[in-house]
Amino acid sequence: MARYDRAITVFSPDGHLFQVEYALEAVRKGNAAVGVRGSDTVVLGVEKKSTPKLQDSRTVRKIVSLDTHIALACAGLKADARVLINRARIECQSHRLTVEDPVTVEYITRYIAGLQQKYTQSGGVRPFGLSTLIVGFDPHSEKPALYQTDPSGTFSAWKANATGRNSNSMREFLEKNYKETSGKETIKLAIRALLEVVESGGKNIEIAVMTHKDGLRQLEEAEIDEYVAEIEAEKAAAEAAKKGGGASTSASS
Amino acid sequence: MLLLVFGLSFLSFFPSLSLSQHFAPTRTKPHHRISVSLNLKQRKQREEKRRMMMKLDTSGLESFSAAVPSAMAAAEDQLFAPPSFDLPAGCADFDKFQMEAKQTLKHAKGTTTLAFIFNQGVIVAADSRASMGGYISSQSVKKIIEINPYMLGTMAGGAADCQFWHRNLGIKCRLHELANKRRISVTGASKLLANILYSYRGMGLSIGTMIAGWDEKGPGLYYVDSEGGRLKGNRFSVGSGSPYAYGVLDNGYRPDMTVEEAHELARRAIYHATFRDGASGGVVSVYHVGPNGWKKLSGDDVSELHYKYYPVQPTPVEHEMVDAPPA
Repeated sequence: MARYDRAITVFSPDGHLFQVEYALEAVRKGNAAVGVRGSDTVVLGVEKKSTPKLQDSRTVRKIVSLDTHIALACAGLKADARVLINRARIECQSHRLTVEDPVTVEYITRYIAGLQQKYTQSGGVRPFGLSTLIVGFDPHSEKPALYQTDPSGTFSAWKANATGRNSNSMREFLEKNYKETSGKETIKLAIRALLEVVESGGKNIEIAVMTHKDGLRQLEEAEIDEYVAEIEAEKAAAEAAKKGGGASTSASS
Repeated sequence: MLLLVFGLSFLSFFPSLSLSQHFAPTRTKPHHRISVSLNLKQRKQREEKRRMMMKLDTSGLESFSAAVPSAMAAAEDQLFAPPSFDLPAGCADFDKFQMEAKQTLKHAKGTTTLAFIFNQGVIVAADSRASMGGYISSQSVKKIIEINPYMLGTMAGGAADCQFWHRNLGIKCRLHELANKRRISVTGASKLLANILYSYRGMGLSIGTMIAGWDEKGPGLYYVDSEGGRLKGNRFSVGSGSPYAYGVLDNGYRPDMTVEEAHELARRAIYHATFRDGASGGVVSVYHVGPNGWKKLSGDDVSELHYKYYPVQPTPVEHEMVDAPPA
C-alpha cells in the first residue's frame, strides 16, 4: 500500500505541475465546446463527432444538467466527466437538503473546481482530464451565469468562453464579436463561434439553451439547421455588402 | 463550580456499594447483599478480601450474646442488631434509576421564552431566572443570544449547551457568509443547528431553542431542540412557563399589530408566566427583529411589572381605629 501513497503530481524544478499540464493537453484534444451568456439566456454548444451508424446517439449526451437550473458541458476525458458530474449532482441535492435552497452556479463551480484541485494534491491519483463550462441561473438573483473550470482546479466567470479543440480561435472570434445579446441572438453567437472550427450542419453541432423560466432545452437538429441557414445568409449578405460597396442589400441564394 | 442549569435538580447522592460491609463484618447470619455481577477477577479479589477480613481480631465487636446462652438471642437480635436501613434508591438497578432521573428532568426546562412573527417582523422575549431544583441560582441570565446582527437564538434547557452551540452556529453562519458572499438564511441556519443536534442525539444535550431572524425571504422563526426536531412556525413558546405564556400570547395575537403592541403583548405574556411558574422570573427582555437586524426593546423587572399591571388598591378600612375618648 505504501507504494500508492506517492504523489503523481509533483513540482518540477522550475515550478510546473507537469501532470496538470498534460491534463490540459488532453483537454486540448477533446471536442470543442462553447458557452455564451446573454442577458436572459445562456447557451452551451458542443462539437458532435459523427456517430457510428449502429450507435444510439441518445446515450452520448454531451451537455448534461446538474440540477433543474444548472447545466454543464465539458471537453476532455469523458469517463472522468461522468465521475465529476455524478459527484456534482449529489452535491446539488445535498445542498438543497442542508440549507433548503438550490445551489448557486458559483457554489457548484467552486465545488467541482475544489474536487479537481484535490486530485492534484493527493497520493496515487491523477488529475481529472477535463475542463468544464457550467451555466445556470442563480435561484435568488435570477441572473444568468457562465463559469469555466480546468484540471488545475481554478475557476472563473466568463461572458463567453470556449474550450477543447481549437478553443483559441473560437475565443478570438468571441472576443471580436461579443456583445450583450438575448434570446435568439445569444444562440446565434454560440453557433457562429462553433462554426469557425466545425463543419457546418446540424449533424455536427449540439446546442442547449437555458432560460430561467423554461430550464434547459436541447435544440433539435432541424432547429439548428435553421439557425445555421440564417447565419449563412447573414454572412453572405455581409460579404455582398462589403463587395458591392453598400449599394445592394439583396440576399443571395 | 457553579452549575448554572435551568430547572435541573442537583443530584448529589450516589450510593456506595460497600456500605453494608462496614456494619456487620463478622456476622455469620446472612444479611442483605446486592447481587452484583462480577467477572472472575473481581470475584477472586472479593474472596481474597473477605478471607483477609475474617482474619482480623474482631472479638471486641462480637455481641455479648455469644457468651450468653441463646435465651437472649431473640431479644438480642432486636436490641443489638446493627442499624439497618434501606439501600439508597439507585443501588438495585442503577440504569433504571438513571433513566428515571432523566425523566424527572425532562419537563424541567425551567424558563419561559417566546417568539412570534407578525407583519413588522419577529418579537423575541424571555425571562432571566436560572434555577437548580428549588434554588434560584440567578435572576439575571441572558437567555436571548445574539447569533449575528440579524439573527437571535433563545435559551432553554442546559445553559452551557445553549451558549456553546449558539456560538458555534454563529461561527458557521459567518463562514457561510464568507464562502458564499451572501448571508445565510434563517432556514439554513436552523437546519445547520438541527443537524448538529441530531448527531448528538441521546448523548445528553438539553437544548430547546428558537432561531429567529430576518433574511431575504422576510422574517423567519424556527424551533429546534436537542432531540433533533425542527419546526417552522409563526408563534412558539418554550420552557416550563410556556403554557401560561401561550395563554396570553394566543389570546392577544394579531398579525397586523404595531411594534409597540407586539412589544407589550410579549412582555405581558412573559410576565404572566413568571407570575404562575416558579422556575421563571427575574427580568423580561424583549427584542425586535426587523429588516435591518435586531434591536433590544426593553428589560423590565417582573416584580415592578406586577405593580404596574396590578397597582395596589387602597382598601377601605372597615372600622377606623380611633382612640378611646378621654374619660
